[in-house]
Amino acid sequence: MAKGVWIVAEQRDGALRKISFEIASVARKLADELGDDVNAVLVGSGVEGLAPELAKYGVDKVYIADDPIYANYTTDAYSAAVAKVVKENDASILLLGSSVQGKDLSASLVGKLATGMASDCTDIKIADGKLLAIRPMYAGKCFGEIVVESYPQMASLRPNVFPAVENAKAGEVVKFDAGIAAGDLKTKVLETQKDTSGKVDLTEADIIVSGGRGMKGPDEYKIIEELADLLGAAVGASRAAVDAGWRPQTDQVGQTGKVVSPNLYIACGISGAIQHLAGMSSSKYIVAINKDAEAPIFAKADYGIVDDLFKVIPEVTAAAKKIL
Amino acid sequence: MNIVACVKQVPDTEALIKVKPDGSGIDEGGIKWVMNPYDEYGVEAALKLKEANGGEVTVVSLGPARTMETIRTALAMGADKGVHITIDGADAYNTAAALAAAIKDINPDIVFCGQRAIDDDSGQVGSVLAELLGIPQVTIVTGLEVADGKVKAIKPIEGAQLVIESAMPCVVTAQKGLNEPRYASLPGIMKAKKKPVDVKDAAALGISIEPKAKIARMTPPPVRAPGKIIAGDDPAAKAAELVKLLREEAKVI
Ligand SMILES: Cc1cc2nc3c(=O)[nH]c(=O)nc-3n(C[C@H](O)[C@H](O)[C@H](O)COP(=O)(O)OP(=O)(O)OC[C@H]3O[C@@H](n4cnc5c(N)ncnc54)[C@H](O)[C@@H]3O)c2cc1C
Ligand SMILES: Nc1ncnc2c1ncn2[C@@H]1O[C@H](COP(=O)(O)O)[C@@H](O)[C@H]1O
Repeated sequence: MAKGVWIVAEQRDGALRKISFEIASVARKLADELGDDVNAVLVGSGVEGLAPELAKYGVDKVYIADDPIYANYTTDAYSAAVAKVVKENDASILLLGSSVQGKDLSASLVGKLATGMASDCTDIKIADGKLLAIRPMYAGKCFGEIVVESYPQMASLRPNVFPAVENAKAGEVVKFDAGIAAGDLKTKVLETQKDTSGKVDLTEADIIVSGGRGMKGPDEYKIIEELADLLGAAVGASRAAVDAGWRPQTDQVGQTGKVVSPNLYIACGISGAIQHLAGMSSSKYIVAINKDAEAPIFAKADYGIVDDLFKVIPEVTAAAKKIL
Repeated sequence: MNIVACVKQVPDTEALIKVKPDGSGIDEGGIKWVMNPYDEYGVEAALKLKEANGGEVTVVSLGPARTMETIRTALAMGADKGVHITIDGADAYNTAAALAAAIKDINPDIVFCGQRAIDDDSGQVGSVLAELLGIPQVTIVTGLEVADGKVKAIKPIEGAQLVIESAMPCVVTAQKGLNEPRYASLPGIMKAKKKPVDVKDAAALGISIEPKAKIARMTPPPVRAPGKIIAGDDPAAKAAELVKLLREEAKVI
């Protein structure tokens, strides 16, 4: 019988990513309810030293495939390695993050393991001994409760939604060799062009200050950047601002941009079109600054200021400076 | 070059989505159906490849009878022929299995999908399809070059951008930024009416559907408690009040 709650830990350049601790914490909670263990799969090159960090968040056993062939993430190598160990151990539940890498890896595993998956979940529980995953559908216009009938029962979890909770376990290391040779691989990473700005990615940011068409032009984003720098926030944008060429595509939040879940989302000069809300409505707190009291964004906002953003934002920065 | 583009028909992004009272699904009344926006990028990429290398573009779509309109839209954009798989409501794995059954005989050099369908928002079908066809995949792609039997793709990840090379045939899933999809021209629309579309059901494809992921229930989104509009005429006073609320009430800064 299938058993064990399994996660795939995500690392890049030899460091675990925050999402790994979020999934480990969810897995621990589910395993405790089921009276089962948490096993993590960690694939990479020179990553063995990371096992204790996973143990801190409730992982009983860490299965490690450590080989130079895994130095860069590629779908074919990672997916083959994870599929092998998960199959051999007849995993009951398999959780990944719905980060960029997790989206790619989890979907490829659905194919390799011939199973079902609930993607980008915002809540997850056990009902009648089975996984019950809750996820936004139709851009968050409704929610679906998903039951996976096949094993492993897979789910990917939206980053920044689930808290990372420390709960130290043994973190016993089991090394495994997936027997993959370089010649088997059909894809390779030719180049990694790093964003040198050092800014946190929107999908991982705790706070986002976002500007829309109301910003009037690219230079005006300076006031948003000043506020963001002060708050340690990332800067986002509406599609109108991206399509106007004021901000890069990577900043776009929404249905055809990024889906974000920060603790605080400050929407400045954004009307709140349904496609924009699709990307940010799972934020914990939403602030709207807009001169139009009728703008739909106010219906989603926890706090709203109806006024000219060019007058308000610099004052917000000034007021925040006093306390931070 | 043998090029395949998978397209899904989805509700228009503006559509109001209402869950049926019994939670069994959405109420489809009054919905305007369109091609999934990410699939438009896939079709455009397919047409560009054909223009550069010659060959044929086949669009494949699985869905109820109305899906034919979306296939015709892709044909009007310039695709050569279509396959309509008349299965309704399959999960990601079974959708991919049906697409794979229809696509394998085409012997594609490259298959385009969208990175995600904006109805189920699942983002799985392209990858599962690649696995079932036994070919490599590059997902969520914003740039593409095809030369010497290889694909070179740009893929943004958190804080970086990757340049990935893949052998062909492969599956590529399209992200916004890949290109600007063309509109169907009037002559294109006229021509599309005469282009061939194969209609196949599960039996014709030789597959049986065993659901793997089931939607047990659908619910409307949780209601957000009404927010606070900070009153007053002085921007500085309102800003100070906001900062105070964020600090003391929400505790997020
Ligand atoms: C298929 C499809 C996909 C889409 N995907 C996305 C997506 O991913 N993300 C996205 O954002 N949009 C998306 N859109 C576009 C969306 O429909 C809206 O057009 C867009 O979100 C509008 O951006 P905006 O709010 O910045 O601009 P507008 O709607 O023009 O709003 C500007 C706001 O600024 C306010 N304003 C102006 N001046 C000031 C001032 N001085 N002070 C204060 N407030 C001011 C105005 O009152 C107004 O509310 C999509 C559309 C389609 C059809
Ligand atoms: N019913 C379908 N018919 C054709 N292509 C589909 C279908 N469902 C999904 N796809 C393709 O797979 C992509 C991802 O879909 P999904 O996994 O449902 O988010 C879509 O953008 C389409 O290209």
